[in-house]
Amino acid sequence: MNRKTFINNSGRLILLGGLTYLTGSIIFKRKVSASGKYVWQIDPFKCTQCGRCESQCVKNVSAVKCVHAYQLCGYCDLCGGYFKPNSHELTTGGENQLCPTGALKRKYVEEPFFEYTIDEELCNGCGKCVKGCSSFGNGSLQLQIRHDLCRNCNECSISRMCPSEAIIRVPIEAAYQIKGDFVKPAIQNLKK
Amino acid sequence: MKWLKILLFVFPLLLTLQSSQAQQRFPKPEFHTSYTQPTPTTPEPRGVGMEFVDVLVLLVVLSLTSWFAIKSRSRNGILALTLFSVAYFGFYRYGCICSVGSIQNVALALADPRYVISLYALLFFLLPLIFSLFFGRVFCGAACPLGAIQDLLIYKPITIPAWLRKALGFIPYLYLGIVVLYAATGSEFVACRYDPFVGIFRLNGPHLMIYLGIAFLLAGLFIARPYCRFFCPYGAILNVFSRFSRRHLSVSPSKCIQCKLCTTACPFEAIDFPDEQNEKPDTRKSTRKFILYLFMIPVLMLAGGWIGSKSHVFLSKANNEVYLAELLISHPEVKADLANKDVQTFLASGKPMETLVAEAQVIREKFYIGSWILGAYLGLVIGLMALNQVIFRRKEEYLANRGNCYSCGRCLDYCPVEKE
Repeated sequence: MNRKTFINNSGRLILLGGLTYLTGSIIFKRKVSASGKYVWQIDPFKCTQCGRCESQCVKNVSAVKCVHAYQLCGYCDLCGGYFKPNSHELTTGGENQLCPTGALKRKYVEEPFFEYTIDEELCNGCGKCVKGCSSFGNGSLQLQIRHDLCRNCNECSISRMCPSEAIIRVPIEAAYQIKGDFVKPAIQNLKK
Repeated sequence: MKWLKILLFVFPLLLTLQSSQAQQRFPKPEFHTSYTQPTPTTPEPRGVGMEFVDVLVLLVVLSLTSWFAIKSRSRNGILALTLFSVAYFGFYRYGCICSVGSIQNVALALADPRYVISLYALLFFLLPLIFSLFFGRVFCGAACPLGAIQDLLIYKPITIPAWLRKALGFIPYLYLGIVVLYAATGSEFVACRYDPFVGIFRLNGPHLMIYLGIAFLLAGLFIARPYCRFFCPYGAILNVFSRFSRRHLSVSPSKCIQCKLCTTACPFEAIDFPDEQNEKPDTRKSTRKFILYLFMIPVLMLAGGWIGSKSHVFLSKANNEVYLAELLISHPEVKADLANKDVQTFLASGKPMETLVAEAQVIREKFYIGSWILGAYLGLVIGLMALNQVIFRRKEEYLANRGNCYSCGRCLDYCPVEKE
């Protein structure tokens, strides 16, 4: 063995040793999830509807959409998420609607109840309706990352800008954090 | 086990459903018509199994590239794999997660015990490095989608002077250091944020990302693989690892006939020329230089570390929390600025100012240690680069530079020597 191969071999051994040490210290001292996959999701109880989900997603129409937790909805005629504050009359007229894209649909069910659904094709995730609903109504409208649209970036670019740290990594089994009957999911425990 | 944990959390919650219902501002209506309440849809994310398919595909591509580069010497094979990688890792998988980004997951996992790293992120980090220790940078050659898309668009590569190449070659190490610093302090993933090609793979993205990608691709028509050579932080690690590779693509299958054809084939100037016939190094002078440079390294590391530690305040400003705390202290009038969402959200959250400042202080201390290490590491890089200049290695034929060669295989077809 000449000097060149000796240096080459020992260099390789040192680097292999370094890699093994690094891997070992991660596997034994840190948490490695072999079976679990983590995805990004919005904690609806932390979200403050700042509006950045609309603009900060790497996708040009955000992967964040409004989701309706029907369980929680009061089916109000005067819906804080549907109508602009001080709106002129409670009709489906565009001038009365809070949603800038008309994605929130209102349907008559029975006196005096109305059903509200979201057309996800139109929704841009701005969260205006969510803000309206949580400040006036039950808070049944909420923002969620839709996983058929989300590219699951290594670091969510909305989470980088979220002022309330509402975008967190959740295990794939808890991929959606949808409010139900005012129960806060044990998301803190799931997260870490 | 994980399922069990989730069940343990979810079950008591289900029990409390009834009692908590009373909190609703507007009670749930009792419908008299046959109306049934819809349930929100939850489209599923891509399954876990698929991630391990990706790891398997990566392993196969790496193995095949090694085979094509070293054994069968087939440029066409490598080209086919390049196309496959652009299609699969790029356009099909939309670029995430890639080995370049996985540096940050590993760095964060090492620095933050609360962070849970997924096994496939770890494997994406490890596999190319292990292959580079045995077969050279075969990952860059065909498996990396970022490299592959640039490789396909090389049109008329210009020759970059050696001094400029060497000077620009420092950037990847600097970038690597910054990427690790920001990931380890939990600030952000810089390499992902400024990944130029991910927007192109997704055919969608913020304007800056798309323009950056197009700019790199256009520059790449003439400057072959600009991102790989002068920016890629993972390439910096691979460069070092590949220098110690057990086997490596060799330009000529047997004795080199010094025809120089290979040097025209390589668009990256990664082929080292043999020494001139009468060139003999002044051994005594270079030994003296070697010892001098060797002793310079600790000095450079100390100096670098000191300079680094001086800049930790500046570096930590990129962290959101530190920035917010500083802003609120130095400009208390922003509290009245209703358009500043970060400030308004902080004020509305009811979190005391002291907590924010204390948290920012902790992060800044991390930056203090981190920038010491960053500075010392950069000092080491500069020292080793200088040391590398004075080491004389006898070369009798045209050889691929193990650090810079991407194992793309272009030179293989150019070499007129037949296999013995």
